[in-house]
Amino acid sequence: MLLIKLFFSFIWVGLFSVGGGYAAIPLIQDQIVHMHKLMTMEEFSDLVTVAEMTPGPISINSATFVGMRTAGIYGVLLCTIGCIIPSFCICLTLAYFYYKYRTVSGVQVVLGSLRPAVVALIASAGASILMLGLFQAELHEIVLGNIRIVELGIFIGALVILRKYKANAITIILGSGVVGTLVYGLMGAI
Amino acid sequence: MEKDYSKLWTLFKSMFVLSACTFGGGFVIVSLMKKKYVEELKWLEEDEMLDVTAITQSAPGPLPVNASVIIGYRIAGVAGSLTAILGTILPPMIIISIISLFYEEFRTNPYVATALQVMRAGVAAVIFDVVINLAGNVVKTGRFLYMTMMIVAFVSTYFLDVSAMVIIFVCLGIGLADLYLVLKKNKTALTESETIPKPSKKNKRGRV
Repeated sequence: MLLIKLFFSFIWVGLFSVGGGYAAIPLIQDQIVHMHKLMTMEEFSDLVTVAEMTPGPISINSATFVGMRTAGIYGVLLCTIGCIIPSFCICLTLAYFYYKYRTVSGVQVVLGSLRPAVVALIASAGASILMLGLFQAELHEIVLGNIRIVELGIFIGALVILRKYKANAITIILGSGVVGTLVYGLMGAI
Repeated sequence: MEKDYSKLWTLFKSMFVLSACTFGGGFVIVSLMKKKYVEELKWLEEDEMLDVTAITQSAPGPLPVNASVIIGYRIAGVAGSLTAILGTILPPMIIISIISLFYEEFRTNPYVATALQVMRAGVAAVIFDVVINLAGNVVKTGRFLYMTMMIVAFVSTYFLDVSAMVIIFVCLGIGLADLYLVLKKNKTALTESETIPKPSKKNKRGRV
């Protein structure tokens, strides 16, 4: 049955997509396009594009998209629930142990050494997004002359507002979208 | 652990808004969560948020969902986890369900494309704001080891494409080695919290 197939496919995806959303895409492709033949490769690449363009985790986006296209609203519910069941069980267990033992000094020493790594990982994600924003290119294909002035202005302006006035992050993100689109619109560049 | 069910509605609302406005990968939402739950609502400590990030990164599944499970659990136990998950997955479910019906128009719309492109600059600014604070605190620990680890980890992940999982596990190894040295120096370390970098933690929060 289609719904049960979808449900277990996404439990599988949720269980084995270790290390962020992009790890989930080949798994979903494997399950949905190759094994169960619920979508064509073309539809699947549309899925990836849309999942990247919309807010929210890529695997949840994909689960919803696949569910909607193959089995309507019940598909959406089962795919999404399937996708989060492994996360829920595993993270709840981890949370339980973390809060039980986090004050033990030995655990503190070990966690202390993970924190600089996490800061570096967040910084790296920020640097990647900044490069995409300023050059529309990944790090290794950047051409300095192609820097986009509007985006650079928005980045600096936004950072100054954040540092100086402790502005709300959501306002900054949505505001930069509105301001940038307006500027490009006035320049006649859309 | 204390549970505060009165916070459930705020928890749901904030997760919903964060999830609805998060463009880009998992670390974007972590930055936003840090601003919301550490700086604004003061529900979590900064160190705690970093620990949660390390845990979510090493567990399978989507990072924002993992993070909401743990933060929800911290605020109100299992009920909090469920509430937080619901807040996180509802916006993408609603948005994608609608878009999947006419995604061709959405994908090729030039205004959508421009807005998404310029929004990256804003998202990057938010992440950098968070990183400046976090990196400042790592420097404030005064430990040369931590500063070196931070820089080496950044270079390896950003310039050398080393995966986040590898970074976390290598640093976990360094942490265990560090613990071994501490224990060797002070055999009573595990019984009393004297060797904790911030020993006041337990007393300040009044719970174990």
